[in-house]
Amino acid sequence: MSYLTLKNAVPAPIKGVPTHEYKEFKAAIKELLEQECRLSSLFAVPTDSDNRIFAVMTNDKKGEIYVFATKYAKTFESLTPEIPQAHWFEREIAEIHNIKINNHPWLKPIRFMPKSGEKNFPVAGDTDYFKINGEEIHEVGVGPIHAGVIEPGHFRFQCYGEKVLHLEIELGYQHRGIERIFPKTPHNKRIKIIEAAAGDTTIGHTTAYALNIEGLAGAQISANDALVRSIALELERMANHTGDLGAMAGDVGFMPTSSYCGRIRGDILNTTGMICGNRFGRGLVKPGSSGYQIDAELKKKISDKLDLIEADVKSAIELIWQTPSVTARFDETGSVSRENAVAIGLVGVAARAAGIAVDIRMTHPFDAFKELEAVVPVGKKGDVGMRAQVRWHELQNSFKLVRDMLAKLNFEAEKSEVNDDICGKLAPDMISVALTEGWRGEISHAAITDANGNIKTYKITDPSFHNWFGLALALRDQEISDFPLCNKSFNLSYCGHDL
Amino acid sequence: MNITSIIFIIVSFLAAPILPGLINKTKALFGGRQGPRVLQLYYDIFKLARKTPTYSKTASALTRIAPVAIAVSTLAALTLVPSFFNNSAIHFTGDIILMAYLLGLGRFFMVTAALDRGSAFEGMGASREVLYSALAEPSFFAGLLIMIHETASLELSEIFSKLSLNFWQENPAILFLILCSWFVILLVENARIPIDDPNTHLELTMIHEVMILDYGAKDLALIEYASALKLWIYSALIVGMVINGEIITSLTMQIAIFTLGMAIVAFVIGTIESITARIKLVFIPKFIVGSGALAIIALILKVAGN
Repeated sequence: MSYLTLKNAVPAPIKGVPTHEYKEFKAAIKELLEQECRLSSLFAVPTDSDNRIFAVMTNDKKGEIYVFATKYAKTFESLTPEIPQAHWFEREIAEIHNIKINNHPWLKPIRFMPKSGEKNFPVAGDTDYFKINGEEIHEVGVGPIHAGVIEPGHFRFQCYGEKVLHLEIELGYQHRGIERIFPKTPHNKRIKIIEAAAGDTTIGHTTAYALNIEGLAGAQISANDALVRSIALELERMANHTGDLGAMAGDVGFMPTSSYCGRIRGDILNTTGMICGNRFGRGLVKPGSSGYQIDAELKKKISDKLDLIEADVKSAIELIWQTPSVTARFDETGSVSRENAVAIGLVGVAARAAGIAVDIRMTHPFDAFKELEAVVPVGKKGDVGMRAQVRWHELQNSFKLVRDMLAKLNFEAEKSEVNDDICGKLAPDMISVALTEGWRGEISHAAITDANGNIKTYKITDPSFHNWFGLALALRDQEISDFPLCNKSFNLSYCGHDL
Repeated sequence: MNITSIIFIIVSFLAAPILPGLINKTKALFGGRQGPRVLQLYYDIFKLARKTPTYSKTASALTRIAPVAIAVSTLAALTLVPSFFNNSAIHFTGDIILMAYLLGLGRFFMVTAALDRGSAFEGMGASREVLYSALAEPSFFAGLLIMIHETASLELSEIFSKLSLNFWQENPAILFLILCSWFVILLVENARIPIDDPNTHLELTMIHEVMILDYGAKDLALIEYASALKLWIYSALIVGMVINGEIITSLTMQIAIFTLGMAIVAFVIGTIESITARIKLVFIPKFIVGSGALAIIALILKVAGN
């Protein structure tokens, strides 16, 4: 099988992407999946001359990315029956490009966009749901408006008593049309769109975007800038893991951890705020440079603060594993087997908890991670307890990484200047795929430029897009009362999925 | 019926909402927070009482009657419970049974009203509530049977006044077993951690709270008040059982020791809520039945001992 082999964020001419016949295309995906590659993205690119569907496969062992394509007309034979990872991607393609996908097992809207040619948006959530009939079967619908302050999403449970037979997750309430407006937006404003793709993963997404632009423009960033970016990425991971572990403790009514973690999360966000003035790192990452520097004084402030935070985090979170009632509640709840995790292509924390050692920081290193060693904690059972442990180990490792990176900063180096122009000087007819490890997992951004060097297609795949179906699987045969805890242990993004 | 007992009943009616306040204060202490005022529930009840309720279109008259029925049946049950080591305002042979089933009547209205609205959440909550209280009932009566056996009385006030300190001193194991099993019942009936979490906003995990989701304003005020009364009843039963009233002679001591006892119960509930997580829902029946087993063992010890 031929395919274009890419390295993370290293562009190649679009001509190099081979176009296969449908059969070969499908066989290529299956062959690569057997070699433990993952389907990172699948998207359609219609042009005047031809319509092609691109598959982006990631090889974690070799650190390579494979891209290949096939042509499509008005209809397309579904890959999903044999390749479950394609499930939501095909629904997405069918919806965006109004293609009929034949033999797809559950073809329905994913974001409730208007069909091409129509202006009216369909009502989100207004669709068919999977139904189970039986005298004692009952249906419970939760959302899209929830009791807590969270994003909107609809969950439809088919239950037998307290037992969940099936959970169907319907999203799309947060669809803003990011991918559609992206090419039409002036290039100096695009970073603002990316920052808002998933608000809690600002650094993860903006880093992926910056890597793509730097690759396509042939720009290099200074070692210090790469360090600042990676420090911010780790701080983002630490803040979210702390918040989530606290929220998981809160869900099972365990006060000590939940009371402190909310405050500590705020402390970590404030540390990001010390670097760039924004707690969520907005404005911190810019293609070609970082607008912000860490000088000796700030470095001292950050490392002092980290010492305080680390002590607090330890005392608050280790209580989880010292309290049998909490571990009893976490263990054996919401398991996803390794087999299922591989089949549906889970990424990030959920995948590692199920026993898949995948971490883009190690397999496709970028920025400062090229010279660092991150620990990849891998669990076994893929249950809530494992997801909590994986988060805790990653959180501890992030403290070490941030300290290592702070130590590497070179204060003698010349201050790099912000260079907004590079966004407008991209190489023509190229394709670039950038992967980063956000705190939820793999973020993939694929950029394709046209003959004039303008970005014509920009495909964003948030880790949540891979993982939402994992949550549905985790609930099979579980108690319905375990749903909030399972949901929190995944803590997926609604807006990152809906875009 | 004498004046003191009537005064004590009125004091119980008025003081009941302090207990949840004490529990919350304890939890706040453990959590390193200042927490709400001890008297917060009074403010909440007064705030709610001034508001006009709204009802779902699917609600029948049952939804409107239920809060009053719940409050009245709980108030009536409280008049039968001896407080402050004094005979209860109304007492007669067999009042034990009446008290237990007045509380049952309140629950009946709570559950049927929850089903009345036809919401999937409330139906789940009602099903859980009925299952758990059905399991808790035998252990409550097993504990009572021991005291009935010892005092040869079916009157709550008489049982409590006849229970001598001697009996507990000679049978500490029985006291310990009943205390454990009744404390579990207190936690089950009052929707506390580790069975239920009164502070959760997660409707899928709720038991008690989910059944009252559709209530607001005056109705909610009545239900919140009834819940506080119910907590008072179970706490008073435990305090009255453990501490022997006979040796406390002066009225001031009665009031002081009873108040202290109630505060200790609240503190223990608050501590449990602060340091443990909720049990998985499937394990709750085992937990309750386990507490029933303790009461049965105590009963066997008692009967075999004679």
